Parts: sequence; C-alpha cells; structure tokens
Amino acid sequence: MDAWRQPGCWLTWLGVLIGGLAVVLMRDNTVRELAFTLLMFAALASSLNIMMGYTGYVNFGHIVFFGLGGYTGFYLISQRGWSVYSAALVGGLAAAALAGLLGSAILRLRGAYFALATIGINEAARAFVNNFTPFGGPTGMFVNFSEYAQYGGAAQALWLTYAALLAVTLMTLVLSGMVRHSRFGLGLMGIREDEDAAVVMGVSAPRFKTAAYALSALAPGMVGTLFFFKNGNVEPGDAFRLQMSIEMLVMVMLGGQGTVLGPVLGAVTYERLRGFLLTSPLFKNLHLAFAGLALLLIVLFVPTGVVGWLRARFPRLRRLLA
Amino acid sequence: MILGVRNVTKRFGGLQALTDVTFELPGGQILGLLGPNGAGKTTLFNVINGVYAPEAGHITFRGKEITGWPPYRVAQSGLARTHQVVRPLNELTVRENVMVGACFGRERHSLASAAHVAEDVLNRVGLSERSRQITGSLNVAQKKRLELARALAARPHLLLLDEVLAGLNPTEIALMVDTIRRIRDDGVTILMIEHVMQAVMSVSDRVLVLDYGILIAEGRPQEVANNPKVVEAYLGNPAMAQKLLADEAG
Repeated sequence: MDAWRQPGCWLTWLGVLIGGLAVVLMRDNTVRELAFTLLMFAALASSLNIMMGYTGYVNFGHIVFFGLGGYTGFYLISQRGWSVYSAALVGGLAAAALAGLLGSAILRLRGAYFALATIGINEAARAFVNNFTPFGGPTGMFVNFSEYAQYGGAAQALWLTYAALLAVTLMTLVLSGMVRHSRFGLGLMGIREDEDAAVVMGVSAPRFKTAAYALSALAPGMVGTLFFFKNGNVEPGDAFRLQMSIEMLVMVMLGGQGTVLGPVLGAVTYERLRGFLLTSPLFKNLHLAFAGLALLLIVLFVPTGVVGWLRARFPRLRRLLA
Repeated sequence: MILGVRNVTKRFGGLQALTDVTFELPGGQILGLLGPNGAGKTTLFNVINGVYAPEAGHITFRGKEITGWPPYRVAQSGLARTHQVVRPLNELTVRENVMVGACFGRERHSLASAAHVAEDVLNRVGLSERSRQITGSLNVAQKKRLELARALAARPHLLLLDEVLAGLNPTEIALMVDTIRRIRDDGVTILMIEHVMQAVMSVSDRVLVLDYGILIAEGRPQEVANNPKVVEAYLGNPAMAQKLLADEAG
C-alpha cells in the first residue's frame, strides 16, 4: 500500500505505538487513565476526520456511533456474557451498519443541511435509548463485578482494555492513512473539493459517501464499548453528549483536517488544554466556552489547522506531513 | 453513430430551455454547437451527460440508451466533459486532479497507473511542469487546460467541450485549437460549444445552431454561416429592421 511509504503516515503510527507501549511498561494507573483518554480522543478524532477531513462533510453526530456502538457492545458484555474483545468488534460493526443505513438517507443532504441532520440524529438516538428497556432505559446497564474474573481481576481487566484501545486506535490510524492514500480516498477528496465536478468525472458519490460514513463509524463503536466496559456502567447521558461531538470537531480542526497526523495532534493538544482548564480554579467551568472560542479562532485564522499551517509555512514539510 | 439525441425537451418551470432537439453525431468528427447566450447549449450538455433528466426524448451513446443515468455512470461509460466555468479541485495538486479523471473515467485506473496517465495527459496539454502544484495557484488559462486534461485522462469515446476557448488570448487560442485537433486525430469524437467564431468554424467538421432551445440550422460551417435564420438569430432580421424603421418614420 502507498500509505506505508508516506512518512506522514508511518511516523504517526510509530509515535502512537511507542507512546502506547511505554505506558504499558510504566505500569502506573494514573498514567494509564490519561493515556486511555488520549487514545480515545485520537481514535474518535481520526475516524471523524474520514468524514470531515477527507470527504468534507461536517458531522455533529459522530458521538452517536460511540453511544450506540458502545451500548450494543456493553449489552453483549453485561447481559449476554460476551468477552470485551468480541463485544467491541460487534459494537463497531453495529455502528458501521447503522451509519450505512443512515447514510443512504441523510447523505443526500449537503453542507449545513447535513450537519443539522446529524444533530437531529444525536437527539433521536438518546430518546430511543432512554426508552429502550433491553438497554436498561434511562438508568442504563452495569457490569457485574464477577465478570472481571475471566480477565484475571478488575485491575488486570483495565490494563487489557487499555491494550485493546491501543490496538483499536492504531487500526483507526492505519485505516485513515490507507484511505488517505488510496483510489477511494482520492474520490472522497474529489467530493470534498467539488462534489458535482467529481460526479461528472465518474465518482459514484452516493456509494463513496456512504462507505466513508460507515468506515468512520467503525472506530467509535469499538471505542465506546471499551470505554463503557472500563467505566463498568453505561447510561444515556454519558453515551450521547452532543458536546463531545463538538469537542471532536475542535480536535480535528485544531490539528488539521484531511491529514493523518492532524487529528492525533489535535486530540493530544486539546486534551492537555482541557485538563489544564478543568483543574484551574479560574476556568474550571469554562472549558466548553474555550472549545467554542478555539473553534471560532481556528476557522477564522488557521482553517487548515496546525498541520496545514506547518505545511504552508514550510513547504519542505509537505511530503512529510501528507 | 456515437451519440444520438432524439426529440429532447427540457423545461425549468415555465422556461422552455430545450424544445424537441434532435441530432446525430458520427464517430471521429468535431461537431460545433453555436447559438446566442441563453440558447440552451450548456443545458443540452447537462442533459446529455446526466446532470439534468430531460422531460421528454432519448439520448443514446454508442448504441445504449443513457437517458436518466446519473452523471457518474455516463462518465464511466466513456463520455467526458469540461465546464464552462472551470471547476478545479482546488486543494489537490494538478496531477491529483487529473488522476481523478483517470481513476473514475472509462478505464477505471488504479492509483499507480492513473499517475502515469496523468503525467502523459498533462504533457499533451502542456501543464507537465505544474504537475505538483496546488491547483488553486493556477491562472485561468491553465485551469482551462486542466479541465481538458481531466476529461482526457478518462480516455473518453466522446468529449464535450464547453467554451474551452473563452477568456483565452489569441496565442492561447491557437495552442488550444491545435490541442483539440490532435485529440480528434487520436480518435476521440468531440462536441464543442464555442463563441470564438473563427476558431470553431475552422476546427469543426459540422456545426449545429441552437436558438431559444430550438435547433435552427445544421450543416458544414460555411453553409451554416450563410443561413439567413442563423444570421437572424445572431444579428436580428434585417428585413424586419427595415420595416420597423419605415413604420417609425411614417
């Protein structure tokens, strides 16, 4: 594959792999929790980037796939006794299938109309889960403590979940790089730049957009399952927070949409900033206001994000930061 | 016959854009499509390549009925076009733009072979030294060449050119006309909309004239240029002008 020959791709993959493994070696629970959040954000932002950065469709409902995929996976773990790994896989596939179905309907919309529809879907999904008894309705579900025995105890289960998340994140980044440097990705970028022109050149836009949407939903479904398993419970309020969709948008925009490295960079930067704001006595309730402000400033002044800015500033980096 | 248009009618609300248009295009020719502004030329292109579905009539391409096909399917079957107002994929490089044409056009190339096709086509239209540039940085004449290169990269059987000469200076026009001739000599059939009269008359094997959505003349360039209906469409009716002047005086 072309992606393996792109330094911008494999350097990103290598960086995440080394960082992720270093945490395993440190064996420190606090560091692990931090790394868990970072990896989760990186995977969510990178998968959102497939839709937003490559295809040019702003999606305010990315968290729906995290929520519904996570719910599906968690249901399989807590009510059906599945292992977390196969549950995560099925959670991801369920999210992708849902995106495929939804996509064939709402991807007829373009620009702002598509973005609005995705907000509607988020609210609809929350209302559905609130009233869906097999998923525990408004109180949600929890994992029975005895479940952890099969992983060698709760502490061990948390490490295994972390390792699974590292694998899912790497898979997402490899997927992102492969799409970026493939024929499929070229079609998506054609759609992003001018959908009508791309269609006239032979890009079957409906099929391409639906495929991209389904692909972008795979990782959130898997990450959702792992996240809720780590927490031990799931409830509608946690699963469908619109603000998380917006935070993901900020990460993608901050790092640089349409690149492999950008979303990872954005996720790490945003998480660090958020961590600082949440713990600082002055700003602790203002981190969302900050996210909004950051988004505004990025859109106004650096619409291509950090990576895009670096590429424009230092043309020699262009090949490196593809 | 590579393209057949039979009794095609297209309306936009109350506006009759095309009325009962019928013509045939044999393979290997250059057919010029003339007509005053608003005559429906670009609409006819849009109906042929599937951007609009006609209210009535049929379009056949290489013996297949393609009426109502989505544009990407028409493109994949070997019909490529350029746009009157250029539509570059700005954030992509010039080469990537052309690769889109090669990947998704008739021959459905893989990425690697599309890159070769792109280099080859960019050479032919004289853009090879811009290949790695971001498309947004090209000037208008270069963007027009890029439109052509993208269409050619699809290796089409039939090429629809929508005013590729408009906005070019005389030197650029001469270059472009030369390029168009060479494309025809490679076996690609061409249907072109053009306002630069001298160029279209010299390059076309046949011309059609459209006025208010109706085909008013068809034939060899010289015949059509002397057709009174065509003169009237462009310049008004000389007899009528005389009469009106006389009425006013009287």
